[in-house]
Amino acid sequence: MKAEEFELPPPSRVNYLNATYGLKSWLLTKDHKRIALLYLGSITFFFFIGGLYALMIRLELLTPQGDFLQSTTYNKVFTQHGIIMIFFFLIPSIPATLGNFLVPMMIGAKDLAFPRINLLSWYIYLIGGVITIYALLAGGVDTGWTFYTPFSTTFSNSYVVATGLGIFINGFSSILTGLNFIVTIHTMRAPGMTWFRMPLFLWSIYATSLVMILGTPVIAITILLLAFERVSRVGIFDPALGGDPILFQHLFWFYSHPAVYIMVLPSMGVVSELIANFSRKNIFGYRFVAFSSLAIAVFGFLVWGHHLFVTSQSVYAGMIFSFLSFAVAIPSAIKVFNWTATLYKSSISYDTPMLYALGFIGLFTVGGMTGLFLAALALDVHLSDTYFVVAHFHYIMVGGALMGYLGGLHYWWPKITGRMYPEGWGRFSALVIFVGFNLTFLPQFVAGFLGMPRRYHAYPPEFQVFNVLSSAGASILGLGMLIPAIYFVWSMRYGKVAESNPWHLPGLEWRTQSPPITENFDVTPVVTWEAYEFAPPEETEIIGKFGSELEQPA
Amino acid sequence: MIQSHATAEEIHGHPALQHHFENMEQQREAGTLGMWVFLVTEIMFFGGMFLAYTLYRSTYPQAFASASNHLDITLGTLNTGVLILSSLTMALAVYFTQVGKRQPQILCLVLTLILGLTFLGVKAFEYYDKYESALIPGHLIPSHPFDPHVHHEGDPPNPHAIELLPGATLRQVELFYWIYFAMTGMHALHMIIGAGLLTFLLIYSLKGRFDPEYHSPVEIIGLYWHFVDIVWIFLFPLLYLLGRHFGHGG
Repeated sequence: MKAEEFELPPPSRVNYLNATYGLKSWLLTKDHKRIALLYLGSITFFFFIGGLYALMIRLELLTPQGDFLQSTTYNKVFTQHGIIMIFFFLIPSIPATLGNFLVPMMIGAKDLAFPRINLLSWYIYLIGGVITIYALLAGGVDTGWTFYTPFSTTFSNSYVVATGLGIFINGFSSILTGLNFIVTIHTMRAPGMTWFRMPLFLWSIYATSLVMILGTPVIAITILLLAFERVSRVGIFDPALGGDPILFQHLFWFYSHPAVYIMVLPSMGVVSELIANFSRKNIFGYRFVAFSSLAIAVFGFLVWGHHLFVTSQSVYAGMIFSFLSFAVAIPSAIKVFNWTATLYKSSISYDTPMLYALGFIGLFTVGGMTGLFLAALALDVHLSDTYFVVAHFHYIMVGGALMGYLGGLHYWWPKITGRMYPEGWGRFSALVIFVGFNLTFLPQFVAGFLGMPRRYHAYPPEFQVFNVLSSAGASILGLGMLIPAIYFVWSMRYGKVAESNPWHLPGLEWRTQSPPITENFDVTPVVTWEAYEFAPPEETEIIGKFGSELEQPA
Repeated sequence: MIQSHATAEEIHGHPALQHHFENMEQQREAGTLGMWVFLVTEIMFFGGMFLAYTLYRSTYPQAFASASNHLDITLGTLNTGVLILSSLTMALAVYFTQVGKRQPQILCLVLTLILGLTFLGVKAFEYYDKYESALIPGHLIPSHPFDPHVHHEGDPPNPHAIELLPGATLRQVELFYWIYFAMTGMHALHMIIGAGLLTFLLIYSLKGRFDPEYHSPVEIIGLYWHFVDIVWIFLFPLLYLLGRHFGHGG
């Protein structure tokens, strides 16, 4: 009955965005929602820098000759593409933005357990980012994002130490974020919010946080030792000094393989939310989906050796790592099957977030299945260091992680900003991104299987057709990414004003106003319902005085 | 773990309660869990170095034994004792804070700080000794690079003063010392941070900020202190006591 009144809410309504003004109120904020927006801005910046490098790679590979970039420049370009996209975009992407925003809201808390540490993590991220950008501007780094020794310690003439320092520092931001989430989920849940009433996004974030706190310290010490080794010629990793370069690879992949799960697990959490909510049906096998996240986090730590199949690693170790790598497919498949089963006989609406979620399922399945090729010992010898590998991990990192991130951003955009994104443009760009992505990376599977190696700026002419297709796809993908960037910014001012609960969902984050007040809820909510318990819209109880007068969907 | 609301009103007035916590109990629980999680990350951090240690000790056992023989076992034992004692005083400081006895609490914090600094002083003395014996690996000190060449009879005396066991080379000894400096150096860095945290606790204690209801910072920093001690308990035998069974002179 009050609906018309709230279509044009009074501009004085207080929320976390307008509660305080001024640069200082943002740079010194301890509000998890504002910190999420700070992260959103910074990772978007890094995403477009990483994207520019990607376009340079695709431009160079348009022709078989190395005519656009010299080989040394090309080495730097693909290295910097990898470093920026992985360490400064994908790893913080969902946890630091959507996770920061949603973890307290979904459990009914006022903030994360350690708000100051949360802000600190953003500054650490910035310092790491600035040092890395300095290294790029000063001359760049050409070791590949993997920093393999002894090339990185002894032979490379680029800014390895500065880049390493940037990544080392940035790692602590990841550790602090993970620590904050774990403690918050353990100690700050609202009354009635039991572990098995938590939205699946939180299970994913929890599993991700475990990987962050267990893996990141290992890459920190590894990079520290590498930097010392390069500066002081002491040699844990240098065979000329009695060291073992394979030790570096073990230590590096002990973090960097689980890091893939840091990227994709949060996406899986987002997709679980999207699938359940846009098919308006309780997720099929809630506990299986929840525990499969933890299983992926645990198994993920036991498979790093599959990156070392073509090194001197013992063949017996290789067999065990191969077996375990196959095993990690099981919890991943459980998720895919459960999502599919949720869709069965449900009422699906094809809003933009759902398009991304469906895209995720298809692309992640392709990425996961091709991962099994690479986990097979004999086949990996043929495919190692080819474009097949490149295509495989882009299907996971872009087709998986990035699709989930974009889907989640659209889905929670009305909650974050209080404005709707333009739905038509949203669907259009989701399709453009999907088509562009597949056109970019599908041909790379073929080129790689035929033997095109990765990390060269020139290649035999018979591979040109695949590379032309791929470069064409990359330009479509790049354009597709620009569209959301433009309309998100546009919608912050001109978008349709969002209701508190535009999707009519039962989750706690939808039971407070959009955008929320600084403390999220007027009163601490008491949870009496299960996750994804879909009631008719009018029965979804809105918590607090803002909510109760806000909205009674007709 | 549903949060209890019953006690919220009673304690809500405590000045140390942050706005986003329901009550002091929740705040204490979050802080303590946070430190435990942080210590897990520390284990993983040191774990990388323990892995490198394990690999090279099993690859170069004679070199590790030779190099270890040169470490000063007396000073190492002394430092181990100092740290164990400091753990005791730290635990007592936590106890006295919990029961609200301020004088002994401050005394124990001061003692812990003094013991911690003693450890660091002894460590610095040991490092200086390695410098004198030219055992600093690589070019860590650029003017003083490690010399891996074996000295023969008639040459000037071996500056490293290392008795090599059969099969060991100075290159491998250098590797031991690099791991030694990496591990003990990282441990010393943690001790320095710990000393800073103790200073902070001391200032807060002198201002009378802690009481039986609010003592979690002392407990939490205590956890950290014990952890750093435990790391040393592992480092001491692995670095100092290795190869003693070879006896002096191989």
